[in-house]
Amino acid sequence: MTRTEWLLSEQPASRRQARLGQAYRTWLALKANRLAMVGLTLVLALIAVALLAPWIAPYDPIVGGDLRTDRLQPPSWEHPMGTDDLARDIFSRVIHGARLTLMVVVLVAVIATPIGLAIGTTAGYFGGWIDTVLMRATDIFLAFPRLILALAFVAALGPGIENAIIAIALTSWPPYARLARAETLTIRDSDFINAARLQGASSLRILWGHVTPLCLSSVVVRVTLDMAGIILTAAGLGFLGLGAQPPQPEWGAMIAGGRRFIIDYWWVATMPGLAIFAVSLGFNLLGDGLRDVLDPKARK
Amino acid sequence: MALIDVSDLHVRFGEVHAVRGVSFRVAEGESYGIVGESGSGKSTVLRAICGLAPISEGRVTVAGEELGRRRSAGFHRRLQMVFQDPYASLHPRHTIDRVLSEPLAIHGFDDREARILRALDEVGLGRGFRFRYPHQLSGGQRQRVAIARALILEPRVMLLDEPTSALDASIQAEVLNLLDRLRAERGLTYILVSHDLAVVAHMCERLLVMQHGQAVEELTRADLRARAARETYTRDLLAASEGYRPAESIR
Repeated sequence: MTRTEWLLSEQPASRRQARLGQAYRTWLALKANRLAMVGLTLVLALIAVALLAPWIAPYDPIVGGDLRTDRLQPPSWEHPMGTDDLARDIFSRVIHGARLTLMVVVLVAVIATPIGLAIGTTAGYFGGWIDTVLMRATDIFLAFPRLILALAFVAALGPGIENAIIAIALTSWPPYARLARAETLTIRDSDFINAARLQGASSLRILWGHVTPLCLSSVVVRVTLDMAGIILTAAGLGFLGLGAQPPQPEWGAMIAGGRRFIIDYWWVATMPGLAIFAVSLGFNLLGDGLRDVLDPKARK
Repeated sequence: MALIDVSDLHVRFGEVHAVRGVSFRVAEGESYGIVGESGSGKSTVLRAICGLAPISEGRVTVAGEELGRRRSAGFHRRLQMVFQDPYASLHPRHTIDRVLSEPLAIHGFDDREARILRALDEVGLGRGFRFRYPHQLSGGQRQRVAIARALILEPRVMLLDEPTSALDASIQAEVLNLLDRLRAERGLTYILVSHDLAVVAHMCERLLVMQHGQAVEELTRADLRARAARETYTRDLLAASEGYRPAESIR
C-alpha cells in the first residue's frame, strides 16, 4: 500500500490515520488552486528569508559603508536595491526587516486569535447578559478606527516594536470575536450540540470540543486575510515613528526614512514598499485559497 | 410503579404555548408512542423530558426523580435520546470514534476500547467504520451511529424523536428492527414520537394521540388494530394512514 492510498483510505484504522487523511484531502484541494499556491510560496519565502537573514544578506543592516562615497547609491550589482542616506545596503535591510515583519504577524495572530475566539464563542453560546456585556465591549473596540486606536495604545505604552505588536493585537481581535459569535449562534441549537448536552457534557467541553473546531476555520481564514492589514498597520506605526525605532530595519520606518528624497532617490522608499506589497499579496492570495478549502459555507 | 410519569405538562416558549397539559405514564420495559401532525407538540414533550425545552408547569418524574432545570449526571446515564435527522445530529468534524468515546469520557467509564467496539457491533456497523467521519456515511449508517451513541451509556430509557422519518423506506425497516431487537435484548423503555401510525403500531404497545399541544386520546395497540377510536380526530388520522383513496369510493 502506497502512502497516498494509506492517507486516502476510506477505512482508516487509527485516530492518527483519520486525522492525517483529512489534512491530506484539504492539502490536495488547496494544491489545486494556483493562486493560493502563489500566495503560499510568497509566505514560505518570507519565512525562509526571515530564518536565513544573516546568511542571505550581503552587508550589515545597521552599520553602513563609507558615508562619503556610499550614500544614496542607485541599484547596482554591488547593491541590488541601492543604499540609503546612511550608506546602508537596502537589500540587506529589507531582508533583515522580514524578521520583524514575521514577528509582528506571528505574535499578533497568536495573541488576537485566541482572544477573539474565546470571547466570541462564549458570548454566542451563553447568550443573555454575558453576550450583551462581551459584545458591547467588542463594539467599543470596533468603534475606533484601527490605526487610531493602535496609536493611542502605543502613545500610552511608549514607542517600540513590542508595544506596537501589543497595540495591534489589542485592536484586531474584535472582528474575530464577532465572526466567532455569529458562527456559534448558527450551531448552538443544532442537534449535535443538543446531543452533547444530553450526554451531560459541561459547557466548557462543548465550547472547546464542539463549538470552537467549527468556528476555527472561518476565523483562520479571516486572520490570514487580515495579515496584510496587520503588516500595513505595523508599517504605518513605523512610518509615524511609533513602531520600530531606528536603526531597526522595519519596512514602514524605512519608507518613512526615504520619504525625504523620494523625487531624487526613488529606490530608498520604493524597495521596502515593494517588500510590503509582495508579502501582503501573498497573505491575501493564501487567505482566499484557504477560504475556498476550509469555509464550509463557501464550498460548492 | 411507572418509570416515567408526566402529569399536566405545559411548555411555553415566550408567547407560544406549545404543550397544554399533557399527562401519561410509561412503565418499565414498555414502548410508548406519541403520534400527531406537525406542530402538535409531540417532539416538544420529548424535549421537555430530556431538558432541551423548559417545563413551564406540571411535573415530570423519571424513576422517582422529579426533573428540574438542572439534570444530574445519573439522569443522563439513565435516559438518552435519538434525534430525527441523522445529518444534523452528528458533529461534522468528529470521527465516529470520537462521537462514541466522548460520553464514556464524560461519565468516567473504564474499558472504553471494548465498549466502543461492542457498541459498533450491536448496531450492525463493522469495525471499519470506527475512524470515519459522518460525511463518509449514508443516512442509515449515521442513524445507527446515533443509536450507538445513545446506547453506549447503557441507559434504561430511550427517547426516539421520529428516528426513521429522514430515512428511505427500506432503511426505515432496518432501523426499526434494530431498535426492536435492542429493546428485547436490553429490556429498554422507549418513548417513540412519530407522525407515522404504521411505525407506531409496529413498535409500541400503547400510544397517545396529540393535536394542538393537547392529548386527544390514549389507545392500545389492540384498539389501533381494531380501529376502535373514540375521537373524530383519531379516526381521521386512521383513515389518512390507509393512504390515498379516490373521492368516488368514499361517497
